Amino acid sequence: MSERVAPLLDVRDLNVAFSGERGTVHAVNGVSFQLEAGRVLGLLGESGSGKSVTMRALLRILPENRARISGSIHCNGRDVLALNRRDLNSFRGGDVAMIFQDPGVALDPVFTIGNQIADTVIRHKGVSRQVARARALEMLDLVRIPSARRRLDNYPHELSGDMRQRAMIALALSCSPRLLLADEPTTALDATVQIQVILLLRELQKDLGMAAIFVTHDVGVAAEISDDIAVMYAGRIVELGPARDVIKRPRHPYTRGLLASTIHAESHGARIAGIPGSPPDLARLQEGCAFAPRCTLAGPECRLKGPELAQDSPGHHFACFRSMP
Amino acid sequence: MVRYILKRLILSVPIALAVSVLCFVLVQLAPGDPLSLVLPADATQAMIDQTKQRYGLDKPLPLQYLYWLGNILTGDFGTSISTGRPVLSEIGIAISYSLALAGLASLFGLVLGITFGFVAGYRIGTPTDKIVSAIAISGVSVPHYWLGMVLVIIFSVNLNAFPAMGAAPGAHPGWLEQLRYMMLPALTLAAMPMGIVTRSVRALVAETLGMDYVTALVARGATPFDIFLHIAKNAAPTALAVIGVQMGYLMAGSILVETVFSWPGTGLMLNGAILQRDIPLLQGTILVLALFFVVLNLIVDIVQPLLDPRIKRT
Ligand SMILES: Nc1ncnc2c1ncn2[C@@H]1O[C@H](COP(=O)(O)OP(=O)(O)OP(=O)(O)O)[C@@H](O)[C@H]1O
Ligand SMILES: [Mg+2]
Repeated sequence: MSERVAPLLDVRDLNVAFSGERGTVHAVNGVSFQLEAGRVLGLLGESGSGKSVTMRALLRILPENRARISGSIHCNGRDVLALNRRDLNSFRGGDVAMIFQDPGVALDPVFTIGNQIADTVIRHKGVSRQVARARALEMLDLVRIPSARRRLDNYPHELSGDMRQRAMIALALSCSPRLLLADEPTTALDATVQIQVILLLRELQKDLGMAAIFVTHDVGVAAEISDDIAVMYAGRIVELGPARDVIKRPRHPYTRGLLASTIHAESHGARIAGIPGSPPDLARLQEGCAFAPRCTLAGPECRLKGPELAQDSPGHHFACFRSMP
Repeated sequence: MVRYILKRLILSVPIALAVSVLCFVLVQLAPGDPLSLVLPADATQAMIDQTKQRYGLDKPLPLQYLYWLGNILTGDFGTSISTGRPVLSEIGIAISYSLALAGLASLFGLVLGITFGFVAGYRIGTPTDKIVSAIAISGVSVPHYWLGMVLVIIFSVNLNAFPAMGAAPGAHPGWLEQLRYMMLPALTLAAMPMGIVTRSVRALVAETLGMDYVTALVARGATPFDIFLHIAKNAAPTALAVIGVQMGYLMAGSILVETVFSWPGTGLMLNGAILQRDIPLLQGTILVLALFFVVLNLIVDIVQPLLDPRIKRT
């Protein structure tokens, strides 16, 4: 990654903790990464590893009364954690847009697709409703929703699942964001249409020159669409590097397990748990490497102190004391 | 949509008929012989038979019902036994008083209920929410006559702000004067709908605030006001249904409040009709109130799909 030009997104030492009855949940712990304009980062990790929380922290849409965010987030020349209300509202949806996992619940059921897009365009661009409607139509065409003009006046429940997700994408892209956050954008869809939606997103991302972060459980998808891949475990990035490097030469034992489980699943047509055990309780994180209890390579030093993310080959980082090449 | 409305209108005809049967039968079932008020205690069997014949009471019940229904459809509700005036004009006067009172009470109930509901729903779990919820529960559970008396003691006796009894005197009192008379009974009557509307709006708002599409709205830079509009539109259909039903109860349920405040509406009239066994008046009033319910439900059913695209209008 280039050191000279300021990257589009620069996250440093991001921490997110939720206070609750069960004590403090440390969902994100010291996450740092950069993303250049127009590039795609794939975010991998088991359920509960903090992927969604990281994404939501970037937009500051976590519940304000319970989530404590620290560290620094710079995006498109803005210091996100220091933005005031007004700037934050223009940042959200304007500089950075987000696509949610389930379009069935992320679209307001009592507003038409056209109005939801137009409202957003009016909010950010200050244009007339007529211009905003035209923009909405243009967006629905762009995401290849058939008979787009008619769909403008449809309510979300009148569309099929993948049409809804296309509408959600149209909504997200309507104000030309520089960065798109896609949090498992196809998990809620039928397997047959998942790949189409992924390909559409990839194509739009390239055509519009946006940067994107893709959260996914699917290593294959991540490999296909990402320039870089980050692997998260227990709220930390444990491996980060160019997609090909990470897939071909995974250095962290957790990444290896993750890849192995997918390969097995593919070759045997059955799901095999690649890594025994389960992720740690984020309310009771111990000293040392969070993966150590599940790691076959773990030694005594792993339980004393957590390894830092260190560079291996250019751009390829991983956090492990014991990994062998 | 027009077809839906037509269908719903046609559907309400059998409902209204069923309601009329019920009104008729219920009053027939009521204990006491209506003739005992008209006839002297020592009436001979011949006199009884003659009177029965005159009122059509010698016919079988279904036939009596058809006569009654036929008369009502031509606008003849009979004559009040106690006042000797036509039932329809008695009901007409009383219902205008009741409608005015119920209207003002629903306005109070609505405005307070929606405001409280939003305030509590936005701050669920906080002390503000607990206080508002306590007010709402009190509104539902406090007896009307007790609340009425407390209001009278405070606003009428101590502060001398509003009159405690009756409607404004005179044939054509000014509406401001009438409003002063309506204040205390309307507030008393509003307590229950206020409580129920608060509870349901609070639950709706809290539920909606937790929805993913609200988070998605925030993620698109929506201001708190934008979000308020979305929540209001989502909550409106359900709130409307709750409010519609409450207005029906206000009309029917005003019997206690109207009695406490001597407000000359249908409630007070019903009370009198029951005490005096004024069957024509009783039947007519109950029927009109029940039909009011039917119409109210009809309105809610027609307006709700207009507000909520998720409800299929077929
Ligand atoms: N609003 C919240 N309040 C408290 N804890 C939360 C909240 N949101 C997330 N968490 C916790 O943060 C941790 C990380 O959750 P997150 O949703 O980021 O996982 P994820 O990696 O996105 O998982 P998945 O793949 O299942 O989506 C979890 O332990 C979760 O319980
Ligand atoms: Mg998630």
